[in-house]
Amino acid sequence: MLNPDTIRADFPLLTRTVRGGKPLVYLDSGATAQKPQQVIDAESAFYAQTNAAVHRGAHQIAEEATEAYEASRAVVAEFVGADEDEIVWTKNATEALNLVAYGFLNASLAGAAAPGSPAAEVVASEARQRYALTPGDEIVVTEAEHHANLVPWQQLAHKTGATLRWIGVTAEGRLDPETFSVIGERTRVLAITHASNVTGAITDVDALVARARAVGAYVVLDACQTAAHMPVDLHALNVDFAAFSAHKMVGPTGVGALYGKRELLNDLPPFLTGGSMVEVVTMDSTSFMPPPQRFEAGTQMVAQVVGFRAAVDYLRELGMDQVAEHEKQMTRQLLDGIASVPGVRVLGPQDATDRLAVVAFEVDSVHPHDVGQVLDNAGVAVRVGHHCAQPIHRRLGVHASARASAGVYTTSADIEAFIDGLHEVRRFFATPSPTGSLDSAAGGH
Amino acid sequence: MADAMEQLYQQVILDHARVRQGEGELTEYGGESFQINPTCGDQVTLRVQLDPAGETIQALGWTGQGCSISQASLSVMHELVISQPVTRAEELGGYFRELMAARGRELDPTRLEALEDASAFTGVARYPARIKCALLGWMALRDALVQARGRA
Repeated sequence: MLNPDTIRADFPLLTRTVRGGKPLVYLDSGATAQKPQQVIDAESAFYAQTNAAVHRGAHQIAEEATEAYEASRAVVAEFVGADEDEIVWTKNATEALNLVAYGFLNASLAGAAAPGSPAAEVVASEARQRYALTPGDEIVVTEAEHHANLVPWQQLAHKTGATLRWIGVTAEGRLDPETFSVIGERTRVLAITHASNVTGAITDVDALVARARAVGAYVVLDACQTAAHMPVDLHALNVDFAAFSAHKMVGPTGVGALYGKRELLNDLPPFLTGGSMVEVVTMDSTSFMPPPQRFEAGTQMVAQVVGFRAAVDYLRELGMDQVAEHEKQMTRQLLDGIASVPGVRVLGPQDATDRLAVVAFEVDSVHPHDVGQVLDNAGVAVRVGHHCAQPIHRRLGVHASARASAGVYTTSADIEAFIDGLHEVRRFFATPSPTGSLDSAAGGH
Repeated sequence: MADAMEQLYQQVILDHARVRQGEGELTEYGGESFQINPTCGDQVTLRVQLDPAGETIQALGWTGQGCSISQASLSVMHELVISQPVTRAEELGGYFRELMAARGRELDPTRLEALEDASAFTGVARYPARIKCALLGWMALRDALVQARGRA
């Protein structure tokens, strides 16, 4: 078993205090994880020793920087069950998902082939066959998506005339298998989350991939919530594209990754264009490099890429099976603890099966902002709002929620402090009403 | 622990959040504004009706949902500006924005006094994430008044 108490010693931020000397209880890892000293040191050491632009320059430092940059790619690829040339660095998962959506868009545009450039024309004609969308085509998403895996597909549908359809969510907050039939002969893209960042429900990817394969649709997986919390093997999942972000994986901000099957990346038109992604440039045309460089235009976030590798090394050393086991325990404790507080409702599955330690909840008649404020006053950091997922909140009948989420460093004591805080929220906002029942000071929903 | 929270959630605020002034839909109005706080999805639709001369706020109604700070702020604002000249409402709005920008420092005493119950929001300004909640209604009022005056 993991020992979160020894793990915590690696995370300097967790030793600080907040709100007048209270120890920090950090339950917002679903938004962003804290960083171990190893990651901070790796980034710092890169700047102190190895900083140079990559894939250019003949000097020794540039060589070392390029080596570090590419070595990170190999480590991160292996961590998610991918090959090295199937990983593209992006600034975050949002950019990775947009990169795919814009690939489809660029393939759909009449001007996709840059005239006069043989290489570009090859890419473009292959791309057209594979990725061009026209009215009548369908893109399928789910009601559980983070806006990052919804809005780009909405935009793609608007621009190409394709139709956006979606898989529904049950009252329990899971994808509703009865709505899987929206995946049909016209479906070209299926974009799904690996786990909801609101309900924590883990998606049955196999079932959905099987349906997509049957109709020849591409599967795009948002693995942001899962990559740091359970073993993820993208080859085994057999998805076509996947996105994840270092900052949720105890790594730096400013770097994420797109996974794409080799042959699919090869046919995908570029998203951002400019330096570093080209072969031959004339005044009126350009040929592009093969992936992954085709998708890495401009100077890259090399220090963050190096930090990403340190984060993955850190997680690998802990062992992702151990991490998942620890977090399952935290999930159980969160769910049991919340169930023990009257007037608090979990939005999402009530048991720890196929579920992450991401628990959104509402407190009867107390607005999430007010819940978060009182928790914060006790040193407990949770997320409040719609967590960039308005549709699933609407589906579950609320405008917003508060959310506690755990990570590798979360302890039982953290969760106890959180549950104590929930009792304080109830106490603070409850006032006796004339009928003798508990009434609340806060505006209702 | 209770101290900081009691300073933030003053009794005046809790009372106004519970019994809200001006909540309801106006059917006759000269100006309307919809405002949303994108971080939490809290929203308000506020309507205002001026007197025929276009100088005084004759009626003000709002609907929406939000946290206790935003709801109480709307309620207090209604109390402050109803039946007041538009220019006075705008002046008070200016004071309130000043209070929110003061990060918990107190305003000039005459201005603070003019804000009446709204002066209880002094503590909100110490929490940058909550300032938007307190300003939601005032933003809607400013916007709706511009429209109402344009039509009057």
